[in-house]
Amino acid sequence: MSLSLTPDELRFRDEVRAFIGTHLPPGLRRASSLTVSFFSDPDVVAPWQRALHERGWVAPGWPQEYGGPGWSATQRWIFESECARAGAPQLSPMGIKMVGPVLIRFGTPEQKKHYLPRILSGEDRWCQGYSEPGSGSDLASLKTRAVRRGDHYIVTGTKIWTTHAHFANRMFALVRTSDEPRQQDGISFLLIDMASPGIIIRPIMMISGDHDVNQVFFDEVEVPVTNLVGEEGRGWTCGKYLLEFERGGGVNSPKLRYALGKVRGLANSDLSCHAISHPEIATKLSEIELDLQTLEFAELKVLSALQRGDNPGPVSSVLKLRASEIHQAISRVGVEIVGQHALVEETRRPLYALSDEPLIPEEVLSVVPRHLNGRANTIFGGSSEIQRDIIAKQVLGL
Amino acid sequence: MDLTPSEAQQMLRHSVERFVAEHYDSTARRHAMRDPNGFKRENWRSFADLGWLGLPFGEEIGGFGGGPVEVAILMEEFGRGLATEPYLSTVLLAGSLVAECGTEQQKKSLVPAIISGELMLSFAHYETDARAGLSAVQTVVRSDDPGWTLHGRKIAVLDATSADIHLVSARVSDAQGGSLALFLVPKHAAGVRWREAPRLGGGRVAELTFEQVRLPPHARLGTSADVLPAIEAVVDRAIAALGAEACGLMRTMFEATLEYTKVRKQFGRPLAANQVIRHRLADMYIQCEEARAMAARAALLVGTDANATQRSLAASGAKVKIGRCARNLAEQAIQLHGAMGVTDELDLGLYFKRLLVFEALFGSVDFHLQRHAKLFSSSHSE
Repeated sequence: MSLSLTPDELRFRDEVRAFIGTHLPPGLRRASSLTVSFFSDPDVVAPWQRALHERGWVAPGWPQEYGGPGWSATQRWIFESECARAGAPQLSPMGIKMVGPVLIRFGTPEQKKHYLPRILSGEDRWCQGYSEPGSGSDLASLKTRAVRRGDHYIVTGTKIWTTHAHFANRMFALVRTSDEPRQQDGISFLLIDMASPGIIIRPIMMISGDHDVNQVFFDEVEVPVTNLVGEEGRGWTCGKYLLEFERGGGVNSPKLRYALGKVRGLANSDLSCHAISHPEIATKLSEIELDLQTLEFAELKVLSALQRGDNPGPVSSVLKLRASEIHQAISRVGVEIVGQHALVEETRRPLYALSDEPLIPEEVLSVVPRHLNGRANTIFGGSSEIQRDIIAKQVLGL
Repeated sequence: MDLTPSEAQQMLRHSVERFVAEHYDSTARRHAMRDPNGFKRENWRSFADLGWLGLPFGEEIGGFGGGPVEVAILMEEFGRGLATEPYLSTVLLAGSLVAECGTEQQKKSLVPAIISGELMLSFAHYETDARAGLSAVQTVVRSDDPGWTLHGRKIAVLDATSADIHLVSARVSDAQGGSLALFLVPKHAAGVRWREAPRLGGGRVAELTFEQVRLPPHARLGTSADVLPAIEAVVDRAIAALGAEACGLMRTMFEATLEYTKVRKQFGRPLAANQVIRHRLADMYIQCEEARAMAARAALLVGTDANATQRSLAASGAKVKIGRCARNLAEQAIQLHGAMGVTDELDLGLYFKRLLVFEALFGSVDFHLQRHAKLFSSSHSE
């Protein structure tokens, strides 16, 4: 057992570091650090994705034949760590980490050939049509209906919490194609062109003041049957596969380490009158640091298992649960650290392009919105309660 | 970077696992607790035969050159069976200090005897005025040509009953500032008195009084002007090892609780059919896994090659994280067993008591949280 990087791994890290040093301009870093949403805006992401695409580094987890870089699990972790450490913008996971892997696993050759390159280049921007107003944690109760008419499905219904629907030109959606005794049956996985007639997007403002999510309405929207992924009525399998990717497909600790470093930086600075000198702040930061070290170690253990071709077991729920709680702990102590700066509600967006100087220093601008928006961490992608249900069932056999 | 255990480490785990499963059932445990020494001598001889007593000692002095990772494997499995043998006292504390500070002559005469199981040591360090700070020692020793005279009182001495020699820390009264030194005090030396009692969760604990105890010149361990850094290093490693033991205790408590909630029926269904119970069990599972991750991490970072700050951060961090997880898990384990959990009819309470010992030894969770915060802030303030 060893925590240290091998000479090869160190060389790889230096290569990634050098690439980031050359291709990530300070303006993008600043925009990224002033982004409250979980994913950066398209205009911030686009130049960074272009640079990564030229190098073949957009989709570290994809097999090489579809444009992945062919990295080992450790290399992927190093890459994620270096990107996070540099404060690089977050590429939207909805193409790369969500629908991409589903297409690779379940898509037809035509679907793969058409969609995968467009995900890598950033030409297609995806959103996820899963939740509905009546179907949150009980996702399989969804009601948006797709009726087969000739070569098309006619889709009617509504999806909610659709992150970046207002930027997306494509949606992957779970829709009901038939009613079966078991509600998971009769669901199909469809790819929908967001420019189709009959789609209306209603923005939903978050308590942070950000516009991330939307409700999307479908009124007899025509979707070619060639846009069905997998078999009709078997969409739940694709959907579940994707949720596994959403929860365990990535590593969270590098981003959390970056966020904790930022907050600790504030505590060490004049901006918070050196909040770190207060023992209760210093010990809180230590507690979070230790929680994060634990998560980091658990993630590295999974990587080690993957690297050796072993099955890491059903750990993704544990990792998701803890990562979301640590995320919230970091943003919570952040608010405490900035003290009275927390009183100011900066409502303008984006924070990196304000027309005049804000009332509080730029370094603390995103602290409160992040805390507010971050409450969603333990709710999306399977709430903490759902994760505990999964652990009880899958891990403990209850 | 690779966090999968080596083949040798897996073999070690299997061998301890098997031994513990065979030798530490409830009857054996209760029996060992009534033994005047607090454990069974024949188990100690088996430890020697299996090579465990030599595990952390260097090959040059007859050991097997294992590190904190191997020690953690051993300790976790000991914890699962609630072993009460004085491995911590003899091997990890006193034995390690002898290996670290002793003269060649002392190492040669003591370490092989420890490894063969013939010699047991205790580490007598804490005093009434000290809580967790390792430097609060008032026991004094003065040079008394040709040897030394030792005077003072030590509390919370683990396994003094079975020890042949006590390793006692004392301030050298005529040195400037009274630097700290360690002395080898034979159990039956004139002027040594002890009072002893059972220890929570098994084993024995004693108070030792040294009244003008005359010691020969070579009773001083090594020649170092100040052994405090060595004590700090050995205690940091002991904290990591105890953290691993706590993980073993937690696993057994968790398994027992999981089983109980599946079997125990109320309102016509198993307790574990209730979501509130299922979620709590999920949390307990997470606490077990988190504690194990932290113990493994600490084991990798407290080795002799670590710098002092990194080592202390890892040890204090493990104490805090594992301590928090263990406290939650242990209280819930009793809660979910209902009134049975509070009775002495189950072994659960013994495990709970041993976790209290983990909390109390070498500084509380809060003490280590503050230590971590201080060390972390000063080493990351650039």
